Amino acid sequence: MSQEESPITRRQMLGDATRYAALGGIGSLSAWLFYKRSGQAAAACPSSSSTCGECSQAAGCRLPQIWQIDPNRCIACDRCQTNCVLDLSAVKAVNCFALCGYCDNCTGYFPTKDYVLDTGAENQLCPTGAIARMYIDKQGGVPYFEYTIDESLCIACGKCVVGCRLMNGSLYLQVRHDRCLNCNECSIAVACPAEAFCRVPADSPRLLSRAAQAAEEALARKRSSHDKSSKGIEMRVGGTS
Amino acid sequence: MPLVLLLLVFAAVRTVCAADLFPTPEFSNHPIPQSQTPAPRPSWSEYLDLTLLAAALAAASFFAVKGRSRTGLFLLSIVSLAWLGFWRKGCLCPIGAIQNVTQALFDKDYVAGGLVIAVFVLPLVFTLFFGRSFCASVCPLGAVQELVAVRPVQVPTWIDHALGLLAYIYLGAAVLFAATGSAWIICRYDPFVGLFRLTSSASMLALGAGFLGVGLIIGRPYCRWLCPYGAILALLSRVSWWHLRIPPKQCVQCRLCEDACPYGAIVRPTVTPSPIEQRAARRRLIVVLCAAPLLIATGTMLGFGMRTSLARMHPTVQLAEQIRLEETGRVKTRSDATEVFRGKGDSVESLYASADKVVENFAWGGALFGGWVGLVFAFKLVQLSIRRRRTDYEPDQGACVSCGRCLWYCPEEHTRQEFIQIQQREEPLNHA
Repeated sequence: MSQEESPITRRQMLGDATRYAALGGIGSLSAWLFYKRSGQAAAACPSSSSTCGECSQAAGCRLPQIWQIDPNRCIACDRCQTNCVLDLSAVKAVNCFALCGYCDNCTGYFPTKDYVLDTGAENQLCPTGAIARMYIDKQGGVPYFEYTIDESLCIACGKCVVGCRLMNGSLYLQVRHDRCLNCNECSIAVACPAEAFCRVPADSPRLLSRAAQAAEEALARKRSSHDKSSKGIEMRVGGTS
Repeated sequence: MPLVLLLLVFAAVRTVCAADLFPTPEFSNHPIPQSQTPAPRPSWSEYLDLTLLAAALAAASFFAVKGRSRTGLFLLSIVSLAWLGFWRKGCLCPIGAIQNVTQALFDKDYVAGGLVIAVFVLPLVFTLFFGRSFCASVCPLGAVQELVAVRPVQVPTWIDHALGLLAYIYLGAAVLFAATGSAWIICRYDPFVGLFRLTSSASMLALGAGFLGVGLIIGRPYCRWLCPYGAILALLSRVSWWHLRIPPKQCVQCRLCEDACPYGAIVRPTVTPSPIEQRAARRRLIVVLCAAPLLIATGTMLGFGMRTSLARMHPTVQLAEQIRLEETGRVKTRSDATEVFRGKGDSVESLYASADKVVENFAWGGALFGGWVGLVFAFKLVQLSIRRRRTDYEPDQGACVSCGRCLWYCPEEHTRQEFIQIQQREEPLNHA
């Protein structure tokens, strides 16, 4: 036994062994993670609990990456307003025009209690006046109005969503991805009492309620048949058909 | 009251005749618009992020190991703070990625994205080769603490060693809660992310301000004592192929760098112990080695005992607890969560069963976590009892974040940069 050399060489050997073992460990970990990722990406939808809603993207499920609210589960409490890490929540109310009734007496625009049919701010349900009401047409003596949401004003309190659910339910809350930071752990999702938050594939960042989905499909069908009959060519197919 | 009744009737009618309560009118001169959906960040930006991260890591490693440039490291840390911190809002984060990776390992339905995997793995690989250059000037959390460390004082070694254990315990807890699908505590209690976003809850902002305030006089408190990713990196950095060296070539034992490190990461040369001391040290090591299994066993038992309280972090257990309170009549009002649960029509028993299953998971998880904490303590004790022979002043590769503050203190470095010229003497200087 050479007492002089052995500790150094032994330490070097141990060090090298540890280094290569660590490198191998990191390599196999990442290889496994990527393998699982590729396997999951190819799997048929709906396989994963990370996706939710009706999962309308039936052809080849993509990786769930970004946060979205499932309107079928959303109860439109006001937690989206206060729990987002942003000062002004990344969640906004959205109107599905294909489902909207264009009502004069809109229960998403006017309060259902003590309401005055006047667009003065004090008469509106929206606390920030974020809903614009625009006169469109009069049919059979009934006036119709279009309601669009100014997203810079919307605070995601959900009052209009609750109001609209008394009627058609065309207003719904959605995460807007031009604002959302896509946090690792969405702090609204943590606070959500209805488990309405889930991750969806980045290339289809929208989740619709069943009724809204049906209305959009019906509108698209109507449009395509109209285009076919009037011009004889398929001009456009909106949404999923 | 009549109004409420009316609304109830409305709601009932609405459920009966599905959607077409008020059909969408058809206008001759106004097409029905499509509601817009803003697109998320495009996927090429992910590749850009990844390339920039790799470039920053490579630059930091070069400055630390080859270039020996504190200025380079410092400027790079400012760039990283601006880019990863304030521009990307702390959202490209290897520290948080621990949880993605953990959940991907334990939850069969969860997959980590490619970017997340790469962001987790890249700094590990760089650390294994070049030491903690990621901590030096790529991590925005490290950068902000590096910038505020203006008057750092030396922390007593025993405090440093003791608090350093917290990082490993925090790592264990983060893995436990991510593996059980309970919570991502690293993201939830990130003290600096509120600063990067310039908004957060008051308590988290106060915590961040507290860390920065303490950071003025105690260098990098979060990195040294809490960062769970730093804990992993410390292990890898200990065996790294290359690492930042204090003297460029050879240590001249001038002791000038002795107090240079604000993070207590410079270890001194050892003196040869007397035979009596050696015997005492050997005895201590034997005692510690015997105590180690005891520590691990105690930790395991304590962790197992804490399973129900640990499981309270899980949303299902929380909901089951609320429901139980309502069922037993101890709580009269219902919360939104319990309303939703009752609206779904699932049976209370099935909820209790799934909550019990979570607690069962925590029996395993808690025991493992406790065992881990015991192991951390035992490992520290063993490490303190082993005497390494050192002849030079060296960075403690585990604790050193390669910030390069010590380089300037080394006269050999001044010589290397030709700030001082050495005249060759016939005889060596006679040290008093």
